[in-house]
Amino acid sequence: MFLSMNWIEDFVDLSGLDKVDLIHRFSLSTAEVENEIFFKGSDLSGVVVAEIKSVENHPDSKKLHLLKVDAGEDELTDVVCGAPNVRVGMKTAFAKVGAKIGEIEIAPRPLAGHMSHGMCCSEAEIGISDDNSGIMEITDDIPNGTDIKDAYAVDDIIFEVDNKSLTNRPDLWGHYGIAREFASLAGRELRPIDTDDLNTYNNLPRIDMKIEDPLCQRYSCLQVENIKRNVSPVDMRIRLYYCGMRSINFLADLTNYLMLEMGQPMHAFDSRKVEKIRIKRFDTPFTFQTLDGVERNIDENTLMICNDNTPVAIAGIMGGLDSEIVEDTTTLTLESATFDPVSIRKSTVRLYHRTDASMRYEKSLDPEMTVTAIGRFVKLLKTYDSDIKVDSSLTDEYAFRYDKVTLDFDKRFVDRYTGIEIDNDTIVKTLTSLGFGVNLENDKFSVTVPSWRATKDVTIKADIIEEITRIYGYDNFDINTTRSPLYPVRMDKVKSDEEKIKDILVKKYNLHEVHSYIWAYNDELKSLGIPVEENVRLANATNPNIETIRKSIIPTQLCQVKANTGYSPDFGIFEIGRVVDGTDSSNKCVEKKNLAITLFSKTKDIKELYTYLRDILATFTDDLKHRELSFEVTSPTHPYEHPVNLNKVILDGEILGVMGIVHPSVGKKIDKKANIVFAEIDIEKFASVKNASILYNEPSKFPPMTYDLSLELKEGVFFSSLKECWNGLGNDILKNTKIVDTYDTEEIHSMTVRFEFSSNERTLSSAEVQEVMDKIIANLKEIGVNLRG
Amino acid sequence: MDEKITRLKEELAKELSNIQSLADLDKIRVAYLGKKGSVTGLLKGMKELSHEEKKEFGQKVNQLKGAVAKAIEEKTEELREKEIQAEIDAMPRIDITTPVDLSRGSYHPITLVQRQCEEIFRSMGFTVEDYSEVVTDYECFESLNIPKHHPARDMQDTYYLENGQLLKSQTSAAQNAILKKYGKNLIENDVPIKAIFPGRCFRNEATDACHENTFFQMEGVMVDKDISISNLIYFMKTMLSEVFQKDIKVRLRPGFFPFVEPGFELDISCLICGGEGCASCKHSGWLELCPCGMIHPEVLKEGGIDPEKYTGFAFGLGLTRLAMMKYGIKDIRDLNSGNLKALAQFTDDK
Repeated sequence: MFLSMNWIEDFVDLSGLDKVDLIHRFSLSTAEVENEIFFKGSDLSGVVVAEIKSVENHPDSKKLHLLKVDAGEDELTDVVCGAPNVRVGMKTAFAKVGAKIGEIEIAPRPLAGHMSHGMCCSEAEIGISDDNSGIMEITDDIPNGTDIKDAYAVDDIIFEVDNKSLTNRPDLWGHYGIAREFASLAGRELRPIDTDDLNTYNNLPRIDMKIEDPLCQRYSCLQVENIKRNVSPVDMRIRLYYCGMRSINFLADLTNYLMLEMGQPMHAFDSRKVEKIRIKRFDTPFTFQTLDGVERNIDENTLMICNDNTPVAIAGIMGGLDSEIVEDTTTLTLESATFDPVSIRKSTVRLYHRTDASMRYEKSLDPEMTVTAIGRFVKLLKTYDSDIKVDSSLTDEYAFRYDKVTLDFDKRFVDRYTGIEIDNDTIVKTLTSLGFGVNLENDKFSVTVPSWRATKDVTIKADIIEEITRIYGYDNFDINTTRSPLYPVRMDKVKSDEEKIKDILVKKYNLHEVHSYIWAYNDELKSLGIPVEENVRLANATNPNIETIRKSIIPTQLCQVKANTGYSPDFGIFEIGRVVDGTDSSNKCVEKKNLAITLFSKTKDIKELYTYLRDILATFTDDLKHRELSFEVTSPTHPYEHPVNLNKVILDGEILGVMGIVHPSVGKKIDKKANIVFAEIDIEKFASVKNASILYNEPSKFPPMTYDLSLELKEGVFFSSLKECWNGLGNDILKNTKIVDTYDTEEIHSMTVRFEFSSNERTLSSAEVQEVMDKIIANLKEIGVNLRG
Repeated sequence: MDEKITRLKEELAKELSNIQSLADLDKIRVAYLGKKGSVTGLLKGMKELSHEEKKEFGQKVNQLKGAVAKAIEEKTEELREKEIQAEIDAMPRIDITTPVDLSRGSYHPITLVQRQCEEIFRSMGFTVEDYSEVVTDYECFESLNIPKHHPARDMQDTYYLENGQLLKSQTSAAQNAILKKYGKNLIENDVPIKAIFPGRCFRNEATDACHENTFFQMEGVMVDKDISISNLIYFMKTMLSEVFQKDIKVRLRPGFFPFVEPGFELDISCLICGGEGCASCKHSGWLELCPCGMIHPEVLKEGGIDPEKYTGFAFGLGLTRLAMMKYGIKDIRDLNSGNLKALAQFTDDK
């Protein structure tokens, strides 16, 4: 919304103050002002009111005329002018030699052989409207030679307020409300609005009007006749133009002017079309043509203004084409009303039609304003068109009144909220300047909220704090830390596990952390041959590619791996992200936080890569929990899982998730030559497993003994079955076993296992070690393992 | 006999002068001093000597033994030094001007920024909370003083799910739960509520370089008996100065958010120009950074906290925006792209 400083100054005397500074303060105390401030007229000088004394056709041009112009000087000035509307006796805006219009300085110059000593200007040229059809036509009686800026309010400071920052302030949608803020900020008086006394028409007949629907809060109207003026006064047109509105005709301009001044939308009907005003909704939908010529679908929820049963306007949004003021209109009915804000908002959404009026109604306008606005309208009408005649009494139905809001609080409440000292006088002065009624007794305040703030904006004590502090100025606040006692802060277990895992994956295993979306991307998955898994869907997705919430991160991650195949022959990515595993018995989503890892390699063989992935999981598990993971072969349930190599990942009896090799049919689509493995575990389950404490082993003072066994394993015999052969053996002297060498041929898989023996009490004898080893060897033989060498 | 000793000495000197390696030297040591060595051999002829002669001869042989050992020792030292020198001479100067291999893992930039913010708040006594992404209408709106048909709901294009739940459109959706979680401790033990809750938010809107439907925010709350606007400004200024590692000027403007009263828009002095005015702050000298305010009494009440006794502030910080500002990321979509060419650059940022 554009605001005019001149207009504001109609209501508050700001003389002697720095206006730009005030606008900045307004931005910090009331609502956000856009950066650019427009200094209208500042680039205009030397333009005066002048009268055309003679007009001759240019001998060499069809378009140009040779004029003699009286610019208030001793002699007439010769001017060449190309405007179509020149005529003798017409007054216009004339830029004298030496005048400045924007970047241009007017100098004498020849036009088709004749010298022109100045230029007659259009309204667009001097920046007061967009009318460039001819030179400005001045009908007011102003002496020739008067500077145009003295004749009209061309000079003005215009600033723009972000509409979004006014959503909660219905009182700021007109200049009068804005002026109230400036008055408060400047510490100056706000002048009352000058209105016509509507009581003088009390003896005139009422208009036949009735509110038949609770969505209309108040409806006020008045009938006026004998309006003769057609074009608005120049100053009014300039203000409308500066504030972003086009001048249409006097009546339309005046309703717009009123809306910009008071924030109250008004509408003028041709009285012949509204003899019996009824405000209501219809049971059945129909179409209705608004005054912009558009046919609109009206449903049973849309409030309409009707002439008995004929709709004439969409309440609060736009009038109808049929009841518009036309050329032969002699009598008009002026509407000034308020409607239910939610209903207006919903109607604009349904109609896809937001207007300057509906924008204001949505904000909960003050119903007290309707009558004042009519009084103001009549006052201005009489000022500019003295012959008008009011021919009805003010007809007003006030169906819904907002509650009066009174708020009681004490000084201590203000101190507590602000944390600084703002004295009682300042509080009283601030609130009073904003229109609040204030009663102060012994540090106890009783504050009455003015009607224009009481529709929804100021309802609680904390709202009063805002009023006091914003005018006080947040820049003027002392800033202080709190004096709350300190308590130890514990880190959430899931969170701390997550961060440690990230560190291990990044620092030790060089994996890359990525993010992705919570929904499945249909197209990408389709290209990998992975169907989107049935799950909870978005109800209002605008993009059909993203309807379903993901159950697992892996499909997404496979898509990401595919997009990165050119990045490096070896890489791994991971994400800690959310998935939804359907809904529970109460139809609530079962949300999980998972860690997903995918490794891609063109250099490691599949066994090496899969073992590496196992190492990653086992390492961070050991690091964080001092526990061992176990793995259990499982069958695939998704098309991207390998039928042979898929394992449940188990920690302390809890199944955390799975790890596996990507199914070749999917893998080939990602990269024909690469091996790809994945793992996904529930990070919250992981975090819930308590970590085992570190069991300290005192280093033995006695020499350890090692015993190496080289074993030949048949296909399908796993290390886990070897372990069974020495589990529980060794009477605490067998401390550790590890694989120190492996050797594979086509037929045979062999490995060397090193057994480490030691004791803290004594030096071990070969005999006792051999005794243990003999048992182990016997067990191994029993399960068919051959010893080599 | 003396003759033999002299000859041995001469022979040794001659042999030592020709020796080049420690291995050869060891052979000489064995040849002279070993069990069958020539010095030891001298003692064999002693049987024929008289007692007196034996004594004299023994002394001489022992002296010889010492002299030989010493000569060999000296030679050993000399050869060792030579060998080390030879090793040094053989060592080429290694080219370390070759490109460094920096292949290593990376963190998501959001993780880095989030960690930094969390660290700052943890150091000021705030707990870090995690919260779900699927929430109820109550959590995201009702409990935050945004009833049905409130215009504020239009401001956010929320993703609704078929079961009536929704993807949280703001981290404030966790506020009610956090007030409830810590409210008891506040009321019974006077322990202030100080919490931040970073999280992922969703808005149903078209994406472009500046707009994403999935992004990160970090919300913070502090509630105690006398939390004031003055405290709010203090914490915001302190926190932001820590985040940007310089003294940040902040200013508050009134801002309307249903869950705070008063509500503010917080601006910081432009990081590029320092407040002078430049293209990135649209010549205003200020950047709009985070909405904040005093928690609305209805929100406190809904969280089981009496607004007559307690006050608090809340703020929301756009982590995604912060990461973009910090690292100069121009296209917001890079963050969720999984594109390693972009993401692998964020190795660490301590």
